[in-house]
Amino acid sequence: MAGYLARRGLQAVGVLLGVSVLVFAIIHLVPGDPVRLALGTRFDQETYEALRQRAGLDQPLVLQYFDWIGRALTGDLGVSFRSGRTVMSMIVERLPATLSLAAAAIVVALLIALPLGTLSAVRQGSKLDYAATTFSQAGISIPDFWMGILLILFFSLQLDLLPPSGYVSVLESPWGWFTHLLMPAVTVGVVSGSILTRFVRSSVLESLGEDFTRTARSKGLRERRVIRRHVLRNALVPVVTVTGLQLAYLLSGVVVVEAVFAWPGLGRLALDAVLARDYPVLQGAVLLFALFFLLVNLTVDVLYAFLDPRIRY
Amino acid sequence: MTTHTDAEQPGREPVDESPGEAGTPPAPAATSRWRETLGILVRNRLALFALVVLGVLLLAGLTGPYVAPYGFNEVVVEDRLEAPSSAHLFGTDNLGRDVFSRVLLGARVSILVGVVAVGISLTVGTLFGLVAGFYGGKIDDGIMRLMDVLFAFPALLMAIAVLAILGPGTVNAMVAIGIVYTPIFARVTRGSVLSVREADFVRAARSIGAGDVRLAGLHVLPNVLAPIIVQTSVSLAFAILSEAALSFLGLGTQPPNPSWGRMLSEGRAFIQQAWWIAVFPGLAIFFTVLSFNVLGDALRDVLDPRQKSAIESRGMSA
Repeated sequence: MAGYLARRGLQAVGVLLGVSVLVFAIIHLVPGDPVRLALGTRFDQETYEALRQRAGLDQPLVLQYFDWIGRALTGDLGVSFRSGRTVMSMIVERLPATLSLAAAAIVVALLIALPLGTLSAVRQGSKLDYAATTFSQAGISIPDFWMGILLILFFSLQLDLLPPSGYVSVLESPWGWFTHLLMPAVTVGVVSGSILTRFVRSSVLESLGEDFTRTARSKGLRERRVIRRHVLRNALVPVVTVTGLQLAYLLSGVVVVEAVFAWPGLGRLALDAVLARDYPVLQGAVLLFALFFLLVNLTVDVLYAFLDPRIRY
Repeated sequence: MTTHTDAEQPGREPVDESPGEAGTPPAPAATSRWRETLGILVRNRLALFALVVLGVLLLAGLTGPYVAPYGFNEVVVEDRLEAPSSAHLFGTDNLGRDVFSRVLLGARVSILVGVVAVGISLTVGTLFGLVAGFYGGKIDDGIMRLMDVLFAFPALLMAIAVLAILGPGTVNAMVAIGIVYTPIFARVTRGSVLSVREADFVRAARSIGAGDVRLAGLHVLPNVLAPIIVQTSVSLAFAILSEAALSFLGLGTQPPNPSWGRMLSEGRAFIQQAWWIAVFPGLAIFFTVLSFNVLGDALRDVLDPRQKSAIESRGMSA
């Protein structure tokens, strides 16, 4: 196990190094001078020189990389070409919105997937099973931004039940936070939920066919108890993996949903940075997303090994 | 790690044969095998539905400019925001353009982006996977670590970062999506190549003096096509969805060209007065993506039952 952890950790560090080179390259692959492009019509020589120097663009390339990665390791991701603020402070400011959306969405996804996936496996071949399969096929095919627009049309504009967009901090107003969060969380949660439903279903089906389930039944246990104590406990181990991967996706991949609901999260920050050619902000956000992704993947792998002692590495 | 068996799905024909099993030598009657595959697909009602939708889409893409009742950019200000009627099947947008004609022409953009983007990932990814799996060792390590790095970025974000460098536009969106889905093809191909490269028929070919290129191209590749074909169908769905998302964000197809994602984004501002501007392009995206996903799953059932379904592969790749 210790060997596996060390190997997996080293692998993650290797990938992260590769990721850092790619992210570093973003600003250098842009055709033309990135600072000049970012400043556009607001160009003045003094700001231009200052930004170039601050971004280290006047140094040799190799030196720039080591300087950049060294500063990134201490949490200094540079300053925005647009606002002049530090990239880290901009990211920290957006973090609560993204975290609350990701957490709420994963709750919605599990609330859908656990009962639906389990029921459809237990009643395999029934109408409910058919409905669950259709739901997961439709859920993965529906563009999330379109679903968001339809929800706004129905719940905000027609029924006037929920605010159409925006974000309220939980500290400011817990109720306001909840009502603003509901539609974006459902939009993202339905897509993730449809993916998870399929996993729960196939995992429960697999457990239902195992020897331990037959043993539990042959002992005369009631079906409900067999499902709860024996089938679900075993079936949920692989589901943890996919839930983890979905969480990684939610933390970093909800750019479009954030745009639909004017949700001031990290995805929106990255998108605005692209549109404004604010490359240091884009670099910082992308680096952080990849770090999230790698960390969640690593945690999930380790958790998997702990949860299922049969797995030997 | 536990593998997930995808037990019989309701609505699908049970399939008990598995042509294309890795390790089998090339079938002599390849044409009849494809005919058989098509036959099984047509008997599966969901797959048939998907084939029909995709056929209509292809037809719309090919004949769109000739059969569309109006020009895609024909502005008629006095007809603006008209509800669906016999004159305008899907209504008109805020500039009085016919939504039906634009949806029809949007099919062309979607198909083009899907085919070119997946063509890029299919070619590059399959080549990388083939070389990595065939040679193994350091070459394999080098290629697959590079793929791991690309895989460490969430798909859409990676596409956005590529577009930040290349600039927005349909062609650049194709390239960006192509890069994003390359690692998946590399992984799928490499996995299958590993199981085929030591097969008897490959050894036999090697023993009679076949070179590496001949071995990899003529003996290994044809026997790992099944999972690649399945992955192609699923990737087409994701590519079309990604193009729509990028255009929705303003980074893909640029106005006035019709793209479903772009139309959705433009229709958003008028959603209260004119729901049809955003609803019809959304339905077009939904049915196209659904059809590719359903077809991908049906193809998997027939060609490569051990591979993960469309939904499962998306769950794993996030």
